[in-house]
Amino acid sequence: MQKYSIFSLIRNAIDYHTGWERAWRSPQPQPEYDVVIVGGGGHGLAAAYYLAKEHGITRVAVLERGWIGGGNTGRNTTIIRANYLQDESTALYGHALKLWDGLSQELNYNVMYSRRGVLTLAHTEHELKEFSRRHHANRLNGVALEFLTPAQCQAFCPILNISPASRYPVLGGSLQREAGTARHDAVAWGYARAADARGVDIVQNCEVTGFRIANGRIEGVETSLGYIRARKVACVAAGHSSVLAAMAGLRLPIESHPLQALVSEPVKPVLHTVTMSNAVHVYVSQSDKGELVVGAGIDAFNSYAQRGALRIIEEQAAALVELYPIFSRLRMMRSWAGIVDICPDASPLITKTPVGGLYFNCGWGTGGFKATPGSGHVFAHTIAEDEPHPIAAPFRLDRFASGALIDENLAAAVAH
Amino acid sequence: MLRIPCPFCGPRDESEFAYGGEAHIARPENSWTLSDGDWADYVFMRTNPKGRHAERWRHSHGCGRWFNALRDTATHEIVATYRIGEPTPTGRR
Ligand SMILES: Cc1cc2nc3c(=O)[nH]c(=O)nc-3n(C[C@H](O)[C@H](O)[C@H](O)COP(=O)(O)OP(=O)(O)OC[C@H]3O[C@@H](n4cnc5c(N)ncnc54)[C@H](O)[C@@H]3O)c2cc1C
Ligand SMILES: [Zn+2]
Repeated sequence: MQKYSIFSLIRNAIDYHTGWERAWRSPQPQPEYDVVIVGGGGHGLAAAYYLAKEHGITRVAVLERGWIGGGNTGRNTTIIRANYLQDESTALYGHALKLWDGLSQELNYNVMYSRRGVLTLAHTEHELKEFSRRHHANRLNGVALEFLTPAQCQAFCPILNISPASRYPVLGGSLQREAGTARHDAVAWGYARAADARGVDIVQNCEVTGFRIANGRIEGVETSLGYIRARKVACVAAGHSSVLAAMAGLRLPIESHPLQALVSEPVKPVLHTVTMSNAVHVYVSQSDKGELVVGAGIDAFNSYAQRGALRIIEEQAAALVELYPIFSRLRMMRSWAGIVDICPDASPLITKTPVGGLYFNCGWGTGGFKATPGSGHVFAHTIAEDEPHPIAAPFRLDRFASGALIDENLAAAVAH
Repeated sequence: MLRIPCPFCGPRDESEFAYGGEAHIARPENSWTLSDGDWADYVFMRTNPKGRHAERWRHSHGCGRWFNALRDTATHEIVATYRIGEPTPTGRR
């Protein structure tokens, strides 16, 4: 791997930047691998990287039907936070938050992780009570949250409208200072480059169309580029997880929905943090390019179409203007959707399956970007050892039979 | 935005409707003998197909009645809508 640094930049500037290597090889798939990962999003690429780095398993292929990061990884609004309610979630998202720190150095790739804080607003008495419950639960787990009064919310974010005359006035805020954002594409590219450097094959335009299973064990995958033998297969396909599960004769507690987002025209820095509101229902941050990045909730119906209804966008825009009257003249540039994999308890699956050597990592729904490093890390362990990593253990599929659900519907009410 | 033909009122905008998820999930009989795995399958597991999906809708800002639709989740095409209790146009129960 050609190391990126100020010196390599200068060296390459001298010969007019003709000497840069491609960031990862693009090999044809080999006939056999120790581990095949289905899905080249952030989670799959991170799992491949940690398999090679932490477990010495390098005969690994990541098979991606489109281009890497072209799924939800490259479509999300990049909010990173760890203020979930349940202990299991705090452990999982907290593990990820630790890995975000130093990730750019580790990957030698700038993922632009920015601890700009996430401020969640309350507009009802009920939300205020939910805040104090969550603050206490989080404090017991060592997660630092601060409660802000409306005036303190405005001092922190001056353009916020806290007028008591607004339809749903701001009653308070919950601030996690170490939360923030990162650059989504860079996360996919950085993990891809670092995994490739350790020998992982990243194969794009390669769709998995079936599994070969014999005597209850996985033997390989059928793909658009032919059959590939594999000792283990790990599916990390987000919205398409149920489709893959069905190919293996399994059923998942997942439904696929469009989740939309939109960006405005770029403007000068005006919003230095992330704010979210469940009741008025919008969240917003400003990218380094200057665009406002705006999102809210899913379209209600099942879909694989990567598009949703305009009225969802209209509602988000209305909510945005309610909270930030200053944005009322801003033009919106683009909107899009990703297909998110919703689990009934709003928690993911990081799990073995009844098929030997077949693993699933999915169900992250509207909020898995923040978990990318942690998810890849614990999933690599689960694959390598054929035993769940202690942090991943509660997130197994059979929790739906045992009843040990990890209900995060409250803490995950706004899509992020 | 979908345009959904309510079997009672005719075609209306999606914003008049509420979504009810997968249709034709029958509560298992003899529930006292059911295993935890079978309960989980009934309560939580979903078919979630890419393609034709039989699903429930309610015309909540119209006649207020529930009905079923057969809709393609990859194209959003509504193949048919039909009343509760009627078989899907594909013949599924
Ligand atoms: C609009 C939007 C906003 C979001 N905002 C946030 C946010 O602010 N914060 C946050 O934490 N999360 C957010 N999320 C959720 C987050 O994006 C996802 O949970 C996360 O990116 C999932 O990563 P992944 O690697 O599992 O999936 P993906 O990036 O979707 O990768 C899965 C890959 O699998 C591939 N694939 C599927 N089927 C096959 C097959 N048969 N063969 C080969 N490849 C296949 C797909 O092409 C895809 O590239 C948001 C999502 C959306 C859509
Ligand atoms: Zn009607």
